[in-house]
Amino acid sequence: MYRYDEFDDAFVRDRVAQFRDQVTRRLSGGLTEDEFKPLRLKNGVYLQLHAYMLRIAIPYGTLSARQMRQLARIAETYDRGYGHFTTRQNLQFNWPKLRDIPDILELLADVGMHCIQTSGNCIRNVTADHFAGVAADEIEDPRPVAELIRQWSSLHPEFDYLPRKFKIAVTGATHDRAAILAHDVGIAIVRNAAGEIGYRIIVGGGLGRTPMIGKVVREFLPKPELLAYLEAMMRVYNLEGRRDNKYKARVKILVHEIGIEEFRARVEAEYATIDGSATNADPAEAARIAAYFAPPAYETLPAESPAFAAAKAANPAFAAWVENNVFPHRQPGYAALTISLKAIGQPPGDASAAQMRAVADLAERYSFGEIRVTHHQNLVLPHVRQADLFALWQALGAADLAEANVGLITDIIACPGLDYCALATARSIPIAQALAKRFADPARQREIGPLEIKISGCINACGHHHVGHIGILGLEKRGAESYQITLGGDATENAALGEIIGPGIAAEAVPDAIERLVETYLALREKDEPFIAAIRRLGLAPFKAAFSGEVRHAAA
Amino acid sequence: MPLLDRDGFKPDSFTRVPEAGETGETAILVPFAPDAPPAPPAGNRALGIEIANTVRIDALRPHLDRFALIAIGFPAFSDGRGFSLAKQLRNAGFRGTLRAVGPLIADQFAYALACGFDEVELPEALATRQPAEIWLAAARAIRATYQRSHQAGGVSILDRRRAARAAAAEPGAAP
Ligand code: SF4
Repeated sequence: MYRYDEFDDAFVRDRVAQFRDQVTRRLSGGLTEDEFKPLRLKNGVYLQLHAYMLRIAIPYGTLSARQMRQLARIAETYDRGYGHFTTRQNLQFNWPKLRDIPDILELLADVGMHCIQTSGNCIRNVTADHFAGVAADEIEDPRPVAELIRQWSSLHPEFDYLPRKFKIAVTGATHDRAAILAHDVGIAIVRNAAGEIGYRIIVGGGLGRTPMIGKVVREFLPKPELLAYLEAMMRVYNLEGRRDNKYKARVKILVHEIGIEEFRARVEAEYATIDGSATNADPAEAARIAAYFAPPAYETLPAESPAFAAAKAANPAFAAWVENNVFPHRQPGYAALTISLKAIGQPPGDASAAQMRAVADLAERYSFGEIRVTHHQNLVLPHVRQADLFALWQALGAADLAEANVGLITDIIACPGLDYCALATARSIPIAQALAKRFADPARQREIGPLEIKISGCINACGHHHVGHIGILGLEKRGAESYQITLGGDATENAALGEIIGPGIAAEAVPDAIERLVETYLALREKDEPFIAAIRRLGLAPFKAAFSGEVRHAAA
Repeated sequence: MPLLDRDGFKPDSFTRVPEAGETGETAILVPFAPDAPPAPPAGNRALGIEIANTVRIDALRPHLDRFALIAIGFPAFSDGRGFSLAKQLRNAGFRGTLRAVGPLIADQFAYALACGFDEVELPEALATRQPAEIWLAAARAIRATYQRSHQAGGVSILDRRRAARAAAAEPGAAP
């Protein structure tokens, strides 16, 4: 894992002092509320429905046990004893006081963390594949480049007042777990015909009210040129992105309006004027960062642990949990383990301080002290010996963290919605809770198989409903909540936007409607055919028919 | 309007005039129209131009050596186009003075300097609310940055690390 050197440390401390001063100047009137607002947003401080919210950056979703413990401490001291992991691999506290925030920032700086650019019209926290350094299909670990981008983009003097927010995601694997086609910029680490490693650069993806799939702007960018190329792209966007309408200000709209060819031409023209040596990290700096991400000191183990096999054979509940929550590791005898934060009936992504500490302890004991946050709002212990999985499972059970539902129908993504968010038009957490209860039976969940439900509480789509296999969007119609269901979305390398299957329905009608869709799938699927594959093969017609039958039934 | 550089407020040596004709001033600031760039003024008077942040660098590039000063408008502090335009002008080799004009806030001073601006011209009310000490302190709030600055004393973490590596690689070198 990356560790701050003296410069990184001084940098975040300076930022804390700067924010403390900004708060003071706001209180003394030196800054107006209009001036202060973007400053606090750029440091992760939102004004929500009931309180301030503080969003903490977890760059590319990587956390140490020590950092996790500090988050637990903050949750207990300054919040209500829990935190909320988000779809952008960050952590949110929903109840801090504005006057406490500088002290919270100080505690974060003590463990090499910050809230820099977790909101506002700037380059946001960089996200990456949560199985970085683990997955067998990885060309190269995406974390070093994500860290390089984190540093380069932090308080970037030119790109802190962009037309709108700007999100970058990186993957180093062939299977895309970072949803790079749904980001302002997506970066895929690729190998060219000559065997050299470089980057494919995607631009103009994004969800929100105008969802779009990103397009390739550069098929192959040599590794050392990355930052200068990003600079050219950001400059074109900063100068030419629309500022007349905040709903048309994302780079996806610029790319859409001028076309990808024209966008590419402008970026390349700008790139030609840049002195790369002034911007790009020199090879020694890139190597310095990469060294922090060297694999941990694995033991040499057989590919299959006999003790692990025996434990699975003896305990079906453990075997079921392994089947859903364990991901193969490239290192023989090891596994990556996803800890579900989707206990049935709980708000998706919430973790109590006690749970955070439990995870920190287990990470230290079993996973080289390393934890990941996924954009599905779960946690990962990335490097666990197979032989330790049984003990881990038992320990997780004791902390209410052994839900065996990763990737299944109750592993639901939901934004905060009307329970917290000032922009919400409908609730989303209670919908997730109702659905999880409806499909709680573990055997039934396994029978249904992989199925992603994603829920947003308004058109801003923080719950990524457009790319859910089943997407649920909460709107307000004539004073009542109305939920629009979409089908067929996909956030991977086969990225697709879901299509609306019928009229909006009431909150109480959602579980039955989803039930009908699932029944239709179970009736029509071929052997071992996952939900999303069945939709691609069958089209929407049978699902629409079942859905409208349900709507008529509900109305009768 | 009040004018400020990294040493504090200072008098403005440029006078705004509608066009670069015969005037008595030694340094004049005129609006710039891409289709009719101003002719160099007579004598050794300094010519400055004032541009909107929507002017394209290509329209300026052929004339850069005529200008002693380019003033870029910031219609709102949240509109960051001027930062990129300043960078483009510096990348294109402009060595004259770059001025940011508009309601910038002190917290942006370091950014402006890093992007190649030399000075900021502020609305009167804003300069009253945010006095010079606030601006000068804000410029120093972050002691070293991850980007290389156009500012003379700007400290880049990349360069610091490089220097540290070089020192470590050279036994006997000064600590
Ligand atoms: S989707 Fe809407 S309701 Fe949900 S968090 Fe985003 S802005 Fe708030």
